[in-house]
Amino acid sequence: MKSIIHQLDKAFENRIRLGLMSILSVNDWVEFNELKTLLEVTDGNLASHISALDKKGYIETRKRFVGKKPNTTFRITDDGREAFSNHINALEMLLKGAI
Amino acid sequence: MEENQATLDTLKDIKSLMERSSRFISLSGLSGVFSGTLALIGAYLAHWKTNQGPWIQRAQDTDFGTGEIVSIDWSVVWFLSIDALLVFILSMFVGYYFSRQKALRKGQPLWGTYSKQFLINLSLPLVTGGIFCMILFYHGLIGLIAPASLVFYGLALLNGGKFSFEEISYLGMSEIALGLAGLVFKGQGLLFWAIGFGVLHIVYGILMYIRHDR
Repeated sequence: MKSIIHQLDKAFENRIRLGLMSILSVNDWVEFNELKTLLEVTDGNLASHISALDKKGYIETRKRFVGKKPNTTFRITDDGREAFSNHINALEMLLKGAI
Repeated sequence: MEENQATLDTLKDIKSLMERSSRFISLSGLSGVFSGTLALIGAYLAHWKTNQGPWIQRAQDTDFGTGEIVSIDWSVVWFLSIDALLVFILSMFVGYYFSRQKALRKGQPLWGTYSKQFLINLSLPLVTGGIFCMILFYHGLIGLIAPASLVFYGLALLNGGKFSFEEISYLGMSEIALGLAGLVFKGQGLLFWAIGFGVLHIVYGILMYIRHDR
């Protein structure tokens, strides 16, 4: 039991970070505002969770201009995908072990 | 036990976010049922109008609805065009209405990346098919229009289905098969059209309603 709990990634303990990873794992380049609507969080809150995951190397950021408007989008990295799938596996194991 | 529930809830949250963000799941099964019914009414009206008497004369009768046209009753052509257009517009309206209701009820945004992708992928083959059918009419190949529209509609659903429920893809494949069958059997275009746009919509609409709407 202990070993499974160790497999849970500390970076995903927060609900919003887990939500971020869930969305990015099934999409390619998602806009900031889209994430905000889906997760129902404030700008500042979302930005801080994004930068935490970015620091871990789990997601990457792309800033560019679409016409005159700045456009920031995010994508999951290979490391992030692996970490996220390990985390979900661990959660599922935890559930199975408990039943 | 409580921790179990929390883990289960977390996994459910993850799944729901993945679905909400990547697929257009506000599409309501009810819109399928209603647009199917509209299509059946439209098909019946077309059947009634074209059976009132001979409205088209060809150099040779191919009983496939093809061959060089000698004379054509334009009032019938207009009737059929307006009939088809009305079915199309009303179906779009019904589809929008029920999807909006479902989005409101489930707290999903109606217009997002996913619904945009769905519509763009749906409309490209659909517009191609529309133009293709007009060219068929231009060449006098009227009997091929109904089955051809089924094939293109099926391709459009298959293309858009990636961004919505898997039933949409299956409906697409059924429409393609039906359209191809309609191209083989002579002079039964309207019947195949009624099955494809009427019956299949109602059947898949009920299926989707049971699986996803409630």
